[in-house]
Amino acid sequence: MSRLPKKDVVIIGLGWTGSIMAHELAQAGLDVVAIERGPWRDTASDYNIGTAPDELRYAIRQDIFLRPAQETLTARNTPDQVALPIRKYGSFLPGNGVGGAGVHWNGHTWRFMPTDFNLRSHLVGRYGEGFLPEHSTIQDWPVSYDELEPHYDFFEKVCGISGKAGNLRGATQAGGNPFEGWRSDEYPTPPLKPNLAQNLFHKAATELGLHPFPLPGANVSTAYTNPYGVRMAPCTYCGFCEWFGCANYSKSSPQTCVLPVLMRQTNFEARTLSEVTKINLAPDGKTATGVTYVDSAGREWEQPADLVLLCAYSLFNVRLLMLSGIGTQYDPATGKGTLGRNYAYQTNAGSLGYFDKDTHFNHFAGAGSLGMMADDFNGDVFDHGPHGFIGGANLACNSTNARPISSRVVPPGTPRWGAQWKKATVETANHTANVGSQGSSYSYRDCYLDLDPTYKDPLGRPLMRMTFDFKENELKMSRFIVDRTAEVMQAMGAKQVVKNYKRGPWDVVPYQTTHNTGGAVMGNTPEDSVVNRYTQHWDVPNVFVSGACLFPQNAGYNPTGTVGALTYWALDAIKNRYLKNPGQPMVQA
Amino acid sequence: MPALTRRHLLSATALVAFSSSALGRSLTGSLPWQPNEAYPPQLVRPGGWYFLTADEAAMVDAIVTRFIPADDLSPSGKDAGCTVFIDRQLAGPYGTYEWLYMKGPFSANPLPTQGIQSPLVPQQQYRQGLAALAAHCRDQFGGKRFEQLTGDEQDGVLRAMEKNELQLGQLKRPLLDAKMFFDLLLQNTMEGFFADPVYGGNRDMVGWKMVGFPGTRYDFRDVLANPGQVYNKPPVSIIGRPAWNGRPA
Ligand SMILES: Cc1cc2nc3c(=O)[nH]c(=O)nc-3n(C[C@H](O)[C@H](O)[C@H](O)COP(=O)(O)OP(=O)(O)OC[C@H]3O[C@@H](n4cnc5c(N)ncnc54)[C@H](O)[C@@H]3O)c2cc1C
Repeated sequence: MSRLPKKDVVIIGLGWTGSIMAHELAQAGLDVVAIERGPWRDTASDYNIGTAPDELRYAIRQDIFLRPAQETLTARNTPDQVALPIRKYGSFLPGNGVGGAGVHWNGHTWRFMPTDFNLRSHLVGRYGEGFLPEHSTIQDWPVSYDELEPHYDFFEKVCGISGKAGNLRGATQAGGNPFEGWRSDEYPTPPLKPNLAQNLFHKAATELGLHPFPLPGANVSTAYTNPYGVRMAPCTYCGFCEWFGCANYSKSSPQTCVLPVLMRQTNFEARTLSEVTKINLAPDGKTATGVTYVDSAGREWEQPADLVLLCAYSLFNVRLLMLSGIGTQYDPATGKGTLGRNYAYQTNAGSLGYFDKDTHFNHFAGAGSLGMMADDFNGDVFDHGPHGFIGGANLACNSTNARPISSRVVPPGTPRWGAQWKKATVETANHTANVGSQGSSYSYRDCYLDLDPTYKDPLGRPLMRMTFDFKENELKMSRFIVDRTAEVMQAMGAKQVVKNYKRGPWDVVPYQTTHNTGGAVMGNTPEDSVVNRYTQHWDVPNVFVSGACLFPQNAGYNPTGTVGALTYWALDAIKNRYLKNPGQPMVQA
Repeated sequence: MPALTRRHLLSATALVAFSSSALGRSLTGSLPWQPNEAYPPQLVRPGGWYFLTADEAAMVDAIVTRFIPADDLSPSGKDAGCTVFIDRQLAGPYGTYEWLYMKGPFSANPLPTQGIQSPLVPQQQYRQGLAALAAHCRDQFGGKRFEQLTGDEQDGVLRAMEKNELQLGQLKRPLLDAKMFFDLLLQNTMEGFFADPVYGGNRDMVGWKMVGFPGTRYDFRDVLANPGQVYNKPPVSIIGRPAWNGRPA
């Protein structure tokens, strides 16, 4: 192993959180190195307009995603089962390479609701302790919505998020989401143009007394220059967004929002195709001395640094802490330990509507974040008392694509092949729409992450093991939501509506979402969290953790808006407080 | 490594995906941008078989033609190039599951929620599955080959596979059974019929024309300007469209 000269900051992973951390800390004058296990990637070469729109290569063969041969997890539904490796990623698809999953995300960019943050005390206050599901381990966040608001705002501005405010400093705005937390400012760019499905949803939802509004999206609707001075071009609704890189500079990503200015800073260095294997600790176990990494030629390097930032994506942040022996592994039998605790996911389901032959949806003209939403059944917007479950979901009618390998619909009962299949496919094509939902996923005692006893990665280190299932509370919530999606679909004029209820057990094969939350949650005490409210590790104060692994439980929204806000929240603390007293905990345990 | 572009690295290692062949590097001071650097897929041209034997290809031709029979909606799966597509996919990294996690131990009793748990990669699944299917036909249809059966007989065999009512020789779950093999064949056929024609199937975009998919035009602001209208423009693929090459659309 060769030892390299010391840096002020080493960042593990150069995706969404890593690139933001790197840029802000390099701007603050620190010497920063980011170590990324995938290749360098940029728009002109890797997401070229002549190669990017390729369904087989990207969506089916998963060319730019993390390859399981490099790293995967093992999975099971309950602690008494034997976990087996996820040999092919399906349910979620982690990123790999510069830009991380920020390259091929869908861009739905949400703020959680204020009551998502004080979730436990809010629910107990409103419904009583006995209303919480059995074995629920939900807990309050150590930060409030009000504290995060300026950071949500800045992340949205860096991305150029398109949308319409519903609540400007307490004043309800027509056309926006009346249930959202207050916003200090309007969205940076106006909403995307609606397609037919969004127009029908808007009308139907309004008729049903709901409050539809455009999906806040990381597809900029107009030419835009972000606060870093990086310029973006308007989205062209190409229909190759989620699972693809954007050739148009329209989808917010590290490539389109941060890297062009980050790379100009000479006190920043990126090292690609280099995988961090371990965070190194001083003998006292209380200070990180840097990281060890292996480059693609198999050489091992030690990179010393004063500050270590884990930005390797939710799941891999947790695994790196485990492999580095930082923190105490959670044990579901005793409920003791915090690392790996409170793993949660997302509970998505919806209804499919078949329309008559004169309704031409043209979903091929779509964008990752082209959608019309309603939040009337999200969070605790509605009274849960009569329903007997907690949590909720946003209702969504999106037009993202009509890519034909995956997005083909036939009526129920149609054969999967042959002449009848062809006829039904042609008759149905372009005449269906979906009303979906992004549902909350709360934490439970027996849903957690730890190291697998059997399966190893190519370097011989244990894979992480995921134990997860959808619980009755979530399934019940989702059944209620799917019934609501069906009502909207009916009101949109569908001649046939098929409800697709969420069913357990959780299956690793069909894509659901890459919204893996928890495992290194933030909290007020070391007893129920891995890091403090500034995302600083309780045991090793010069290690900070980013990403959705910080969430104590997941809300009825996609995570990245909150991940971005937390990144800027942590940066604020690092720049303005930590660096004045480096190595010291900012919260006394 | 200023002198060495990734394109170099790519060509030096032929078909190996660039992310596994390139070397780690240090980048600072500017975006490491190189003119004309892009990573197009290799254009598949029909002619010869890269993985399948001639006998296997004849069988796959017959199968993809039952999956996608010729009628006024489209030419057959065979004429659309599905067999060529499957052959070339099997010859590439997909055929060996090069990118997947294939370390043992392989469980004898995986949960239904645990996805792929067979040690057999697609090349082996096709080789062993087609051999077992050929043997089955020989036994059941008086020595005939699958492609010599009538269309109805072929459909009957495929339907039995789909329902897992046919035993593929010694093969069984979790290794491979009739339903698993059927699902793989159907999935790969549909991929071939609907993937970009650069991969050898969907010849002249017949699959896209059938479902009205306009392909890779990449700018549909005209559609959003007027939602709900019938869209009539012909499809475009990443290799263009026939009219651009002097052939009728
Ligand atoms: C298909 C898809 C669709 C999505 N859609 C949405 C959406 O609509 N809305 C939303 O909010 N979120 C969405 N997400 C999630 C979103 O992409 C992530 O929340 C976000 O990218 C997380 O940022 P991150 O920095 O934590 O991780 P990433 O952006 O993934 O970056 C992590 C980086 O760390 C690198 N890395 C990992 N391990 C190591 C190591 N050991 N050494 C060195 N480098 C390492 C990785 O290669 C990667 O580049 C989607 C994700 C996917 C895959």
